Amino acid sequence: MNVVIVGCGRVGGFLAGLLDSEGHRVSVVDIASTSPARAERAWFQHLPSSFKGETILGDGTDLEVLRQAGIERADALLALTEGDNRNLMCAQIAQKIFGVKQVIAKVNDPVRAQTYREMGINTFSRTTILGTLLHAMLQEDREVGEVLMRKALAHEADLVHEPVKAR
Amino acid sequence: MYFVVAGAGEVGFHLSQALLEAGHEVTVIEADRRRANFVQEKLGSIVMNAPADEGRAQMEAGCSRADALIAVTGDDAKNLVICQLAKIRCRTPRVIARVNNPKNEIVFKTLGIDETISSTRVLMNVIEQELPSGGFMPLMSLAGSANELIEAEIAIGTPPAGKNVGSLRLPSGALVGGIIRRGKLMHADEDTKLEVGDRVMVFSPTASESEVRKALFG
Repeated sequence: MNVVIVGCGRVGGFLAGLLDSEGHRVSVVDIASTSPARAERAWFQHLPSSFKGETILGDGTDLEVLRQAGIERADALLALTEGDNRNLMCAQIAQKIFGVKQVIAKVNDPVRAQTYREMGINTFSRTTILGTLLHAMLQEDREVGEVLMRKALAHEADLVHEPVKAR
Repeated sequence: MYFVVAGAGEVGFHLSQALLEAGHEVTVIEADRRRANFVQEKLGSIVMNAPADEGRAQMEAGCSRADALIAVTGDDAKNLVICQLAKIRCRTPRVIARVNNPKNEIVFKTLGIDETISSTRVLMNVIEQELPSGGFMPLMSLAGSANELIEAEIAIGTPPAGKNVGSLRLPSGALVGGIIRRGKLMHADEDTKLEVGDRVMVFSPTASESEVRKALFG
């Protein structure tokens, strides 16, 4: 599977590493700050050292940058920056302009998440997902919560044992 | 009319002031408290201190009874989401987005926001109008359709100079709406002969802009 991940914070970096280790072709986009050299080190620091995919510095709502990241042959795009609006714009570009089949946007505001889900954009809110998981662990769905948590902890252990990529 | 202005930066502030002076009712939404206070001191209690990209703030600002919402923050993604939320959640009949990066105009249109204003594009048009051989200017996109109005000056040695309007090889869907000759607006039909210096007004599908340019300049 060809995957484009926009936003390489903790979640983006974690997921990129996971997909890459499973043999998928992953490219990661993160915005260039004033000093590209410093930004690259700072923004791609969450990628594991074994990461074999591509890293692209640029604005994930810019069509040219997305093309560079290979959006035209992408099977999936995940918009995971810290900005809800940027994620929503990026996801809509991927879906409506480039026709990417699977598009997911991280939207922290549950109201915006719901509105765009009704518009056909696949959104998830960290607030509701994490909250629901923790709730499940405490309550009736204990098993579901524990299964998910065990999986998450296993991935975490894999990643923690890898040294941070030196750049 | 009732307008909701999202963002009280320089553009939002002066726009709100102009709308008020024209006798309209206005609410400005501004997320920054200090900026909101400043604008409130200048324009009176028409300012709401809230994030305009949240559905609740839009509801409170009365977007559902507004005639139009204009999103003029300095962040294109935010302007897009503000407009889409107002359109979908509040059913605001008319939404207008400021586009800071002119490349985003076409993106916004594809994502359902038909009316955009790009200050860069406006400035470019003004500058080009001042240039003697600028020649070709897409003036405005026509709301609610994928068409635009183009102004082009007939230059020496180009294919249309001295020819009839009917002989222009315009793309399908494009038509000549009129000609400005020596400062006067005149009607144009198939047999009107084009002179050097004529400014031709062409209505054209936005997608065919480059073909119109080719027809007029070779």
